[in-house]
Amino acid sequence: MTGNIPLEYFLILSTIMFFTGIFGFLTRRNLITMLMSIELILNSVNINFVAFNHFLYPNNLQGHFFTLIIIAVAAAEAAVAIAIIINIYRNFKSIEVDKVNQMKY
Amino acid sequence: MNILTLFVLIPVVTMLAIGFSKSMKSIRVVAAIGMGIQLILAAFLVYAYLTERAAGNTAEMLFTYDALWFPSLNIHYSIGVDGISVAMIALTAVVVFAGIFASWEVEYLSKEFFISLILLASGVFGFFISIDLFTMLLFYELAVIPMYLLIGIWGSGPKEYSAMKLTLMLMGGSALLMVGLLGIYFYSAPDGTPLTWNLLEISKNTIPIEMQRFLFPFTFIGFGILGALFPFHTWSPDGHASAPTAVSMLHAGVLMKLGGYGAFRVAIFLMPDAAQEQAWIFLLLTGTSVVYGAFGAIFQKDLKYINAYSSVSHCGLVLFAILMMNQTALNGAVIQMISHGLMTALFFALIGMIYGRTHTRLINEMGGLMKVMPFLSVVYVIAGLASLGLPGLSGFVAEMTIFIGSFQHTDSFHRMLTIIAAASIVITAVYILRVVATLLYGPIRNDHYNHLTDARWFEKLSTVTLLVCIAAIGIAPLWLSDMINFSLAPIVTKLSMATSSFVSIF
Amino acid sequence: MNAYSYTLLIPLIPLFVFLLIGLTGHKYKPSISGLIGTAGLLVVTVLSYMTAISYFWTDHIAGTAYTSLKVFEIDWLHLTEFLTINLGILLDPISVMMLVVISTVSFMVHIYSLGYMKGEKGFARFYAFLSLFSFSMLGLVLATNIFQMYIFWELVGVSSYLLIGFYYTKPSAVSASKKAFIVTRFADLGFLIGILMLSFMTNTFDFQTLVSSDSPALSHMGGATFLGLSTLTWALTLVFIGGAGKSAMFPLHIWLPDAMEGPTPVSALIHAATMVVAGVYLVARLFPLYSMVAPDALVIVAWVGGISSLFAAIIACTQYDIKRVLAYSTMSQIGYMMLALGVSGYGGHDGLGFMASNWHLFTHAMFKALLFLGAGAIIHSVHSNDMREMGNLRKYLPITHLTFLIGCLTIAGIPPLSGFFSKDEILAAALHANPALFAIEYLVAGITAFYMFRLYFNVFWGKSTHYHHTPHESPLVMTIPLMVLAFGAVFSGFLPFNELVTSDGLPFEAHINYSVAIPSVLIAAFGILVAYMMYRKESLVPEKIATSLGAFYRGAYHKFYMDELYLFVTHKIIFRYISQPVAWFDRNIVDGTMNLIGYSIEKASYMIKGFQSGRVQQYGYVFVTGAVALVIIFVFIW
Repeated sequence: MTGNIPLEYFLILSTIMFFTGIFGFLTRRNLITMLMSIELILNSVNINFVAFNHFLYPNNLQGHFFTLIIIAVAAAEAAVAIAIIINIYRNFKSIEVDKVNQMKY
Repeated sequence: MNILTLFVLIPVVTMLAIGFSKSMKSIRVVAAIGMGIQLILAAFLVYAYLTERAAGNTAEMLFTYDALWFPSLNIHYSIGVDGISVAMIALTAVVVFAGIFASWEVEYLSKEFFISLILLASGVFGFFISIDLFTMLLFYELAVIPMYLLIGIWGSGPKEYSAMKLTLMLMGGSALLMVGLLGIYFYSAPDGTPLTWNLLEISKNTIPIEMQRFLFPFTFIGFGILGALFPFHTWSPDGHASAPTAVSMLHAGVLMKLGGYGAFRVAIFLMPDAAQEQAWIFLLLTGTSVVYGAFGAIFQKDLKYINAYSSVSHCGLVLFAILMMNQTALNGAVIQMISHGLMTALFFALIGMIYGRTHTRLINEMGGLMKVMPFLSVVYVIAGLASLGLPGLSGFVAEMTIFIGSFQHTDSFHRMLTIIAAASIVITAVYILRVVATLLYGPIRNDHYNHLTDARWFEKLSTVTLLVCIAAIGIAPLWLSDMINFSLAPIVTKLSMATSSFVSIF
Repeated sequence: MNAYSYTLLIPLIPLFVFLLIGLTGHKYKPSISGLIGTAGLLVVTVLSYMTAISYFWTDHIAGTAYTSLKVFEIDWLHLTEFLTINLGILLDPISVMMLVVISTVSFMVHIYSLGYMKGEKGFARFYAFLSLFSFSMLGLVLATNIFQMYIFWELVGVSSYLLIGFYYTKPSAVSASKKAFIVTRFADLGFLIGILMLSFMTNTFDFQTLVSSDSPALSHMGGATFLGLSTLTWALTLVFIGGAGKSAMFPLHIWLPDAMEGPTPVSALIHAATMVVAGVYLVARLFPLYSMVAPDALVIVAWVGGISSLFAAIIACTQYDIKRVLAYSTMSQIGYMMLALGVSGYGGHDGLGFMASNWHLFTHAMFKALLFLGAGAIIHSVHSNDMREMGNLRKYLPITHLTFLIGCLTIAGIPPLSGFFSKDEILAAALHANPALFAIEYLVAGITAFYMFRLYFNVFWGKSTHYHHTPHESPLVMTIPLMVLAFGAVFSGFLPFNELVTSDGLPFEAHINYSVAIPSVLIAAFGILVAYMMYRKESLVPEKIATSLGAFYRGAYHKFYMDELYLFVTHKIIFRYISQPVAWFDRNIVDGTMNLIGYSIEKASYMIKGFQSGRVQQYGYVFVTGAVALVIIFVFIW
């Protein structure tokens, strides 16, 4: 099914996704977008796991399991993060990270 | 158990007991009982020490105890006392006891206040009983740190600034000291023997002269900062002015003595050669601070500043005498430490009590207090007279011993400095009498002062305790002086073995 | 234990009384404190007289020299191998004589004060201080060594400070007490340095060793010199400076007139009879040493004494405050004593000056205490110190008038009163040694008679002044001491001082030297006559004379501007140009440096603080940039 698509294509896709995520994480100030960027980074890693697993060890499934774990962790993380974000929003009426700096000083 | 360990243990137990106390009343009662026991113990220690000596025990340190604490660096919990430390412990116990009563009415966070105060005291006690340099430094830091909290929280005026300044300057001193002590640790043991922190063992060895030249200034200045060595004394006026009463008492009365004690117990005792060589620099500095502090005090308007500058002058005399490095002058230095500790504690206690009534410390806003608070005023006059060296009170004994000791040097450099330092007694008279005249005599300047009350019982207890000690030393100084003299003998012997001689700039 | 052990009680009783009144005086009626103090002094007086009688007569083998006895001594403080401060009791002719002087005058003053200070606030305190003073002064004269003397020297200074400032709500009294203490303290610094030098050279503080004929000081007579004088001379001169400060010698006299702010009995006791002569006593005590090793220092002593006596006598003629006149007169008379010591030699008839000085000390104590107490009685009844507000008082105060007249005649040196004898011996000694000094003293004798009778006529005769309430004679408790002292002033001239108090302890022949005595009586009579003409009745003559003297009179009236000079030096120079800059320097330069260090560290920390923003995104950005840079370096450049 995927036999025709070379590995490079997957890697290029995941690299693009990864740096998109990094870029988003570093530049955006909105906590939701930053969370989404992290999801992008995680998913790019997922793609790599699955792709390498397929090309290097076709008979093993470790890569797939790792992907599943990452998805589960990401879900948990999203749940916690969104809970925090909601609380921050309630307190500060904003989810801009720059505004949330009262703990610092 | 070793009697000396009790000196650290009792404060700890007292602190715990204060921690479990509920009301302000029970807190201060517990503190007073704890420090009362400490005072009795100190008196007993003096007695035990004297009996031991009378029985013919000539060991350098008595009541010693030694336990390995940190093997890889050979750090011991090693304790013991000689006449000098016994005297200093007795001084500390008296001042702390008086300090507890002087802060009888601290209401704000009184539990924390008394705990910090006693923590400080335990550090001081620990310092004086230590023989091991590392534990000595440890207790030294323990004594310095609570000061920050005590001034920063319970102080007055620009308290954060003063607390910060004081702590930072003293920490700077500690940093220098650390270098000095590490150097002593690494270079004192001859090849083939294990490194040691033990003061007595180090004193048997000779640190190489090149290292001494390098380490001596670090150690001496490190301790000297705490002993208000010019020009590193400026923490003192601000710190004292902002500190609460008991803290000023303890700080000027006891903590500054850590500097003088360390300066000669560690710096001069262990590095006599470098001390001989470099003494002239520090003699000039301390000689300056004796006169300079006194002149500085003339112009101050704030009672605490006056006393702080007077402390600079008197503590300068301590270091000055230490640097004279002969038996009589060193003896005078120790007596001066004790005498100044008692006097200045008494002064700060009185200033605190007066401030608590008039709510000002500026002398020209007050006047005629003798009429409304005769007890406090009379004690103030006596303290003033002690400070300007009236015979029959402790200051005279100390100053005369120092001057005569210093004058035993035959070169004109030492003698001129001695005469200059002796001139400070006139300047001291000027500023003391000025304060007494403005503050206590004359007509009452402010009608509100007519309603002020005289000392309460706890204030009387606090001041009378100190006063009795001052008078006792002043009237019968012989036992104290002999006790110190005996313990000075090994130190003087070591000093006289120094190979290099005094370098004079003349 | 020995026969004189009881002398230990002489200083200890006043000390005990001081502590007793000081600690418990507020608990009972003030008059009880007064009685306790007086009773204590009575015992001291009895003991002193016992000591004197047994020392001078009963225990003394006729024809032998009076030796000094160390009847008691303890170690007080060990200083060096050689130097130990002892406290003890030394009896020799001068200390026994001083015992008599101090206890007599002090006892009289105690009695007198019962009346004078009656109803004063702080009555108990007054008696406590008087006892403290008596203790210190007795300790001073009984000192066995120079350091003990210094100890008590400081203590008398403090007692004097406390008593001058007795009326502590009065600003002038407070500043006078401060001044007295600081000026004498300054002089004491000289004394202290002198002691340091002397003790270093001789390795002893002990008087007996110091003044013995094989004194350790003798070996230092050569030694190093400084400005042409030997080290020993310097040491002894410095010691003398201490004495000059206490004895109000020029130029350290400025505290004495101001000290008159204290209660009058105090002036009589401390600032006339006892403490101010401590300087004379000090020089007398060390006299053999001065005479043996530092004759140059004695020349200084003589000239300081001479100048002081003339200087003070001139000022005394212009003052109106009766106590100040007496104060300057005290200074002038102490000048006589110093001068006598300065011109004296050692041993036999050469020691005439020494004997005369001590004799004059004795008689002066009697008549000057008498004059001061008389002045106190006058002030007590008139409520003023100013002689311009007095006049014609002889009618109101008969006893005071009579005793005061005796005092004036005595100080003027009219025979056969005691002042005549002692002054005559001083003049004889001066003539013998130094004619210039004799001339000064001869002149001063005349001036003395003049100003004393100026005072006398102004107060007791002269214009009839209107008083608010009629002055009345003082109670017996005050007049009896006057009579006792008058008795002393009249008859103490007949004491055989040439047999009792001599420089070497041996008696020598002394007789009235008529070639000196007759002219001195004449000039005194002349002085009295002038005063009589000018002040017997109200007249304009004094003012005319004052105007004609112009600047000189104004100078004398303003005490030759010595106070102003001192104020200039202390306030303008020391305070403004030393103390103030020091305070400024400390606050700004020294402390400023410390603050600058703190400030620059804080600034530096602000500058690098940006790196620690706490913003994860920023960290991430730096991290990624760094990672990319490393990748580029390692992959492409390496």
